[in-house]
Amino acid sequence: MKNNKNKTWKQIFQYVSHYKIRLCLSLICALVTVVLTLYVPILTGRAIDCIIGAGKVDFAEMGKIILQILICVAVTSLAQWGMSICNNHITYHVVNDIRREAFEKIEHLPLSFIDRHATGEIVSKLITDVAQFADGLLMGFTQLFTGVLTIIGTLGFMMFLNPKIALVVVCVTPLSLLVAKFISGRTYHLFLKQSELRAEQTGFIDEMVGNLKTVKAYQHESENMEHFRNINERLEKASLDATFYSSITNPATRFVNNVVYAGVGLTGALSVLSGSLSVGQLSSFLNYANQYTKPFNEISGVLTELQNALACAERVFGLTEEAEELPDAKDAKVLEKCSGKIELNRVSFSYVPHKKLIENLNLSVDPGQHIAIVGPTGCGKTTLINLLMRFYDVNEGAVCVDDIDLRNCTRHSLRRNYGMVLQETWLKAGSIKENISFGKPEATMAEVVEAAKKAHADGFIRRLPEGYDTVIGEDGGMLSQGQKQLLCIARIMLCHPPMLILDEATSSIDTRTELKIQDAFGKLMKGRTSFIVAHRLSTIKEADRILVMKDGNIIEQGNHQELLKQNGFYAALYQSQFAI
Amino acid sequence: MKRIAKYLKGYKKEIVLAPLFKMLEATFELFVPLVVAAMIDIGIANGDKIYIIKMAILLVVLGMVGLISSVTAQYFSAKAACGFAAKLRNGLFEAIQGMSFTGIDKAGTSTLINRMTTDVNQMQTGVNLLLRLFLRSPFIVFGAMIMAFTIDVKAAFVFAVAIPALSILVFSVMLLTIPLYEKVQKQLDTLLSRTRENLTGVRVIRAFGKEQEETEEFIAQNRIYTKLQIYTGKIAAFMNPGTYVVLNIAIVVLIYIGGRQVDSGVLKQGQVVALYNYMSQILVELIKLVNLIITVTKSVACAKRAGGLFAMAEDEKEKERAQKGKIQGTAKVVFEHAALVYKNGGEEALTDIDFSVQSGETVGIIGGTGSGKSSLVHLIPNFYTATKGRVLVDGIDVADYPAAQLRDKVGIVMQKAVLFKGTIRENLLWGNKNAGDDMLMAAIEKAQAADILEKKENGLDEMVEQEGRNLSGGQRQRFSIARALVKNPEILILDDSASALDYATDAALRKALRSLENTTVFIVSQRTSSIMHADKIIVLDDGKIAGIGRHEELLRSCEVYQEIYASQFKQGEEAAG
Repeated sequence: MKNNKNKTWKQIFQYVSHYKIRLCLSLICALVTVVLTLYVPILTGRAIDCIIGAGKVDFAEMGKIILQILICVAVTSLAQWGMSICNNHITYHVVNDIRREAFEKIEHLPLSFIDRHATGEIVSKLITDVAQFADGLLMGFTQLFTGVLTIIGTLGFMMFLNPKIALVVVCVTPLSLLVAKFISGRTYHLFLKQSELRAEQTGFIDEMVGNLKTVKAYQHESENMEHFRNINERLEKASLDATFYSSITNPATRFVNNVVYAGVGLTGALSVLSGSLSVGQLSSFLNYANQYTKPFNEISGVLTELQNALACAERVFGLTEEAEELPDAKDAKVLEKCSGKIELNRVSFSYVPHKKLIENLNLSVDPGQHIAIVGPTGCGKTTLINLLMRFYDVNEGAVCVDDIDLRNCTRHSLRRNYGMVLQETWLKAGSIKENISFGKPEATMAEVVEAAKKAHADGFIRRLPEGYDTVIGEDGGMLSQGQKQLLCIARIMLCHPPMLILDEATSSIDTRTELKIQDAFGKLMKGRTSFIVAHRLSTIKEADRILVMKDGNIIEQGNHQELLKQNGFYAALYQSQFAI
Repeated sequence: MKRIAKYLKGYKKEIVLAPLFKMLEATFELFVPLVVAAMIDIGIANGDKIYIIKMAILLVVLGMVGLISSVTAQYFSAKAACGFAAKLRNGLFEAIQGMSFTGIDKAGTSTLINRMTTDVNQMQTGVNLLLRLFLRSPFIVFGAMIMAFTIDVKAAFVFAVAIPALSILVFSVMLLTIPLYEKVQKQLDTLLSRTRENLTGVRVIRAFGKEQEETEEFIAQNRIYTKLQIYTGKIAAFMNPGTYVVLNIAIVVLIYIGGRQVDSGVLKQGQVVALYNYMSQILVELIKLVNLIITVTKSVACAKRAGGLFAMAEDEKEKERAQKGKIQGTAKVVFEHAALVYKNGGEEALTDIDFSVQSGETVGIIGGTGSGKSSLVHLIPNFYTATKGRVLVDGIDVADYPAAQLRDKVGIVMQKAVLFKGTIRENLLWGNKNAGDDMLMAAIEKAQAADILEKKENGLDEMVEQEGRNLSGGQRQRFSIARALVKNPEILILDDSASALDYATDAALRKALRSLENTTVFIVSQRTSSIMHADKIIVLDDGKIAGIGRHEELLRSCEVYQEIYASQFKQGEEAAG
C-alpha cells in the first residue's frame, strides 16, 4: 500500500511537472505572500510599541510604520491573486491532461477489457474520481505550499525575535505533525473504500437507469430500490467513517496549536517581565504562534483531502496503466484497398483460458466471395467477426488478408477496409447527418442523402422534425430499433469499403424494406468479399459459400444447393422455416 | 430547493447540535484574546508570575474544552451530511424509477447518472461544511465585533465598517460565480455522455477507425470544461486578496484610533493588543468562511440540478389510480380509434387504430420499419398514453389503471432484450418473486432456452454480467422471454423478440406459446412465418391499419400483406419446390 501511494505521488508529480513555469511563478508568489504576511505582524507589533500609555504615543513613528504596512499589504494581495491564478491554471490543466489521457486510453484498451468492465464503473473513474482528485489537488496547491513556507518563515522570524520562545514552539511542533500523520494514515483506506462503493453504485445506476423501460415493464422498481438502498447504506457507513475520522484531524491539531499558543504566552510574558521582550514583540509573537500553527491545521486538513484525492487518483491511474492493445508492429504494413482474399490458418481462440471456443479453424476466401455464416446462437459467429476485425487476437494460428498476417498490418488500415453493420445498433449523440457521415466526415450533403436513399432511410428521416439536422440523443433516443439499423446501414453505404461484415444487419428491418436494401447491398457487395451473419435463410441463399457453425467449428460448408443435398444440419434448419 | 431540504428533516437533532457545539468551541476561542490581554495588563503590569502561569493553564483548558466540543460537532455534521446524501440518493433513484417513458426519453441517461453521483457528492461536502462553519464563522466574526465594543466603542466602529464591507465583497463574488458553477457542471454532463458513448460504441468506432476523431472531440469538450473552470476560478480568486486588503486597512485604522485612545488615557496598551487580536481572528475565520461559501455555492448549483430532476420526475410521474375491477363480458383488449403523437415526434406515430381482441386469442402484428408496431403494443401497458381515442383492457381504459395492476396483467418482452447483473435465477425471478425452480425451468423450456442453460456450468446460478453482456443476443432474447413467461401474464407481448433466433427455434417457441391457454398473446414480428397462424393479424403501414384478418383473408385482400409475404416466401417456395 505504501508503495502504491508513493507511486501514485510520483505519477501526479509527473503530470504537474509539465507546468514548471507556472509552478515556479506560483512558488514565488507564495514566497512573497508568506514573507510579507509574516512581516506585517512585526510592523504592527512595532506600531503597537509606539503606543506606550496616556500622552506617550509616538504618532510620527507610527505614521511611517503604517505606510510600510499598507505597501506590504498591497504587494501581498497581488501575490496572493497571482498565486490563485497559477494554481487554478495548473490544477485544471493537470486534470484536463489526466482526463484526456484516460479517454485516449479507452480508445486503445483491448476490447476484452471493455467487454469485461461495466460502463458505469469506467465512467465513474473518468468523471467522479477525476473531479474529486481536482478538488484535492487544488487545495493541496493553495494551502500546502503556503503552509510549509509559513511554518519555515515563522520559525525564522521567531528565531530572529527571540530564540528562547522559538525553541518552545519547535519542541511542541512534532506533536502536531504526529497527530496529523496518525489520523491521515488511518483514513486512507476508508476513502478508498468509499470510492469503491461509489463505483459499485454508479455501475448499478448506469445499468438500471439505462434500461429503465424493462425495469418498469416488470414492476421491478421496489426490488431495485431495495438493492439500491442496500448499496446506499453501505456507502453511507463508509462515507461517515471516512468523513468523521478525517475530520478529527482538524480539532486535534487545533488543540495542539492551543497548547503552543499557551506556551508562547507563558514564556513570552515571563520574558517581558525579565525585560528581554517588549509587549509589542509579545503581540507579534502571539500572532506568529497563531500563524505558525494555522498552517499545521491547514496542512492536516489538506492531508486528509489529499488522502481522498490520492485514492481517486490511484483508481484513475489504475485505468491509464491498464495494458493497452498490443501496438501495431513498427514495420506494420498499411493495407490500402485490399483485394479481399482472406485466409484463416489453424486458428484457435477462446475468451477465457479454460473454456475452449474455436479450435483449429481453417478457412480460405477468394476475393469477391460472399460468405454466409449460419448456426445456432453461441456457435461462434460473432467471435469469428471479432477475429476478422482484429477486435481480439487469435491465440494460435493466423488470420491473413491478402496474404498478410493481420498482426503485421496496422489495425486502422485493416478496419478501414471493412464495412461493418452489427445487430446492436449504436449511434452517436448528434445530428442524423453527422451519424451517416460518421465514416466519411467530408461527405457532401448530396452524398449523405444518396446513402440514406440507398438504405431506404431517406423517407423516415424527412419526416423527422428537422430532417437530416434532427439531433438524436444518446443511444438513438426515440428512433425505433429498425430505424437505427437503417441509419447504420446508410453509414456503410457512404463508405464503399472493399470488404463487408453484416452481422444480423437487417434483423430489425421489415422484409419488404429488407428486400430493397438487399438490392442496394447487392450492388455494394459486387466484387467485394463479404461476410453475412443472418437468421433469415432467404438472405443467405445467394451466398457463394455458406458456413454452418456449431460450437466453434464449421460443420458444413458449400452453397445452398449443395448443402440441401447433404441433407444435414443446414437442410434441417432450412426446412424448419416452412414448418409450423 | 424545498424538495432537497426535505431530506435534511430526519437530521434535526444533528443539524442543531453540530453548529451548537461548534459555537461552543468558538466561544472558548473568543475568550483567548481576553485572557492574553489580562496576562499583559495584569500579569505583566504587576509582575505577577503566578497569575501569568494561571492564565497559561486557563488557555490550555479552553483548548481542551474546545477540542471536545469540536469533535462532537464533527461527528454530528458528518452524520447529518452522509445520511442526507444517502436519503437524497434514495429519493432521486425512486423519483427516476417513477418517471414515465416519455420522461425517460426526454431526460437521457447521462444527466440522470451525473445528478445522482457527482452532484450528490458535492452536496454532501456542502452540508458537512455548512453545518460545521455556518454558525461558527459568523459567530466569531460578530462575536469578535461585540467583544471589541466591550473594550472600546470608538475603536469598535472600525469593526462595524469593515464587516459589512467584507460581506459585500464576499457576496458579490458569490453571486457572480453561482451561475458559472452551474455551467461547469453542465459541461461535465457532456464529458460523461461522451465517455459513455465511446464505451458502448467501441466496436463501431474502431471499425470505422474513428478513435482519433473521437479523442479530438473529447479533447475539445474537455478543453471547454477546463476553460470554464479556470474562468470561474479567476473570479473566485478575487476573494482572498480582497478580504486581506480590507482587513489590514481596518487593522491600520484600528491601531491609529487605538493609539489616540491610549494617548488620551481611555485605553491601555494590552487592550489595543486584544482589539488587534480580534481583528486577526476575523481574518482567519473569514478565510474559512470564503472557502465555505465557495463550496456551498457549488453545492447550491448541484442542488438546483438535483431539484430540477425532482421537478422533471414529478411532471413525468406516472399517475396513481385506484384499483380497478373487471367488467365481465368485454373483450380482453380493445383499441378505440387510438392515436399517438410522441412528445417531440411531430407527426402521429399511430393513427386511428381500432380493433378488439378476445381473451386467449393470438394476435400477430406485422408491418414495415417505423410503421408503428412497437408504438401500438406500448399502448397496452400504458407505457405511452394514447393522445386520441382509448385503449381498454378488461373493459377499462388503461390510463385509469394503477400502473402496478395493469403491468401485472401484462408481460412484455422488449425489442432490446436486456438481462441484469446477477444470477440467471435472479433475473427470471423478476417475473415472479415467488416462483420455484420448477416454474423457472418450465418457463425456460418454453422459451427454448433449456439447451443454453445446460451448457452453463452453474445452471440457474450462472452469473449474468451487467446488461447481460456475457450472453449473445439470441440467448438474451430467450431468457427475456422466459422471464416474461415466469410472470404467467394474462397478456403476453413479444415485441420482435425472436429476431435473433433461427427459424427452427422460432418455430419451436411459437409451438410452446400456443400451449398457454388463457393468455392473450401479441406477437410483433417482421417474419410472416412467425405470425401467419395467429387468430388475427394486424398489418400496419405508416402508423395506420392496412388490414386485419387471418392469413388467408389477408393474402386475398391486403396488398401490403401480399407484398410482405411475397418478399419472404416466393423465392423460398421456388427453391423448396
